[in-house]
Amino acid sequence: MSSLSGSDGNSILVHDVSVTYKTSLERKPTFKSTLKRLGRRERVVREVEALKHVTFQVPRGRVIGVIGANGAGKSTLMRTIAGILPPTSGKVEIYGRVSTLLALGVGFNKDLTGRDNVRLGGLAAGLDRAVLADKYEDIVAFAELGEFMDMPMRTYSSGMYGRLAFSVAVNMDPDILIIDEALSVGDARFRRKSANKMKQLCSEDRTVVLVTHALQTVRDLCDQAIWLDHGVMQMWDEPEAVVDAYTQFLEVGQDALTLEDV
Amino acid sequence: MTTAATPHHHRPENDWATEHHVYEPHIVGLPPLGPYVRELWRRRSFAFELSRTKLRAQHFNTVFGQLWLVLNPLFLAGVYFVLVDILRGGSSREGFFTHLVACIFAYHLVSDAVRTGTRSVVSGGRLILNSAFPRVLLPFASVISATKKFLPTMFVYIPFHLASGRPIGPELLWVIPLIAIMIVLAAGLAMIVGALQVYFRDLKNIIPYALRLGLYVSPILYFADEMPSEYKWLLNANPLGQLLSAWSDVLIVGSSPTATQLGVGCAWAFGLFLAGFLFFVSREREFAVRL
Repeated sequence: MSSLSGSDGNSILVHDVSVTYKTSLERKPTFKSTLKRLGRRERVVREVEALKHVTFQVPRGRVIGVIGANGAGKSTLMRTIAGILPPTSGKVEIYGRVSTLLALGVGFNKDLTGRDNVRLGGLAAGLDRAVLADKYEDIVAFAELGEFMDMPMRTYSSGMYGRLAFSVAVNMDPDILIIDEALSVGDARFRRKSANKMKQLCSEDRTVVLVTHALQTVRDLCDQAIWLDHGVMQMWDEPEAVVDAYTQFLEVGQDALTLEDV
Repeated sequence: MTTAATPHHHRPENDWATEHHVYEPHIVGLPPLGPYVRELWRRRSFAFELSRTKLRAQHFNTVFGQLWLVLNPLFLAGVYFVLVDILRGGSSREGFFTHLVACIFAYHLVSDAVRTGTRSVVSGGRLILNSAFPRVLLPFASVISATKKFLPTMFVYIPFHLASGRPIGPELLWVIPLIAIMIVLAAGLAMIVGALQVYFRDLKNIIPYALRLGLYVSPILYFADEMPSEYKWLLNANPLGQLLSAWSDVLIVGSSPTATQLGVGCAWAFGLFLAGFLFFVSREREFAVRL
């Protein structure tokens, strides 16, 4: 466990990271539409500057909250930390194993059973079969899906889907857990259960990156917080200060709507 | 400069607790290939499992599923035999039907890998959005599936070989390297079409025509030496041309492949594999934002 953290005790180091990517404005790009466009000077590829010179570190075992409006670059930041989207410039260093919520690709193939999806997602993430078999029982028990595990995932409701995804992420026993706005899944009972699980995970010696719109959660669970806006890091500070600044920025005040808990 | 995953393992396999990843920009769009290939190897069981799971979902693990895999190309060989024999006025050369069966089976290996490889990346959807792994595993899984479907057909070929009195000798061992070269070729093509499908979603509608054309320009419905001289160039221009010509010589005539057959065949196979790999890997960063 010697290299669980860097020499200075950080488990996530994000240094001057910018992420730019090209994305198609068409939902489904085709040869046909490309041919039709020939001759017309129409741009369908847009360059997105999702992150601009973001720098921060997360010490090992801390919980960091990431807040910001839709499209602020929060998900891109998570994907960069998870290694899914390499940075365009800058450098990301990760010490430890990352598990992303809704990661492990659960439900990537709706024609396969929940069991197959969990297994394939785990293998893609690099777990070996023995470890995966070990965790599988915990995952099923926590998700409470019973015989649905052996049914194609197209038969799942969105709540069941979210429960399985949450269960996979938290039961993989990662060093670094990245959770993206998925705290509120399932029915009220499961939400309470997952909130408790979250509290437990946050209190353990584990680095957690929490992306959420629930500002009260950030106050309750996080040791520090980051506020992103249009790909720029506006603030990196104590959660109280960041949440205050953010709500002031939104000019909505701290009403029940934005403070709504998980 | 490193990017993708650069884990420093104290124990070789999956010791997640001691992992260190550095993610940095890709140079000319390519991740550092050493770590990439290492990760690829480490997660190979994913490709095998994906192939196995998909075959099972399509019921190819049952007796009738297996039977269909064999019957389909066999029926095709029957249909083409009738067609070609009529066109030739019933004067097909000795061993032609056996040649047809052998070559259609081999062509199916490549065409099946290409057909399923086309969708391999796009159907990876959520897995690509939410997990970091070498995406090349997706088209590779298609190639594994195609190979698994192909191998039983070789046993079905045996009675045809014996019944038509084809030679049996050490030259037959050439089928093993030839199959290996065709798998390499199939993997190269699968990577190219898998990546292209992300950018052109109607590619999958064009692929069947391309595969049909590939079938007709390859020495399958005719022997390579029957090709009219003005079409001989097709043997070299078609990636499978010389390989299938060698395949037929080994099985039907019982002769070892010529240097030309092997040279051109390998050049196509390894060239396409390398080109396909570099193309795929240079594009794969974008897959997560293009799906």
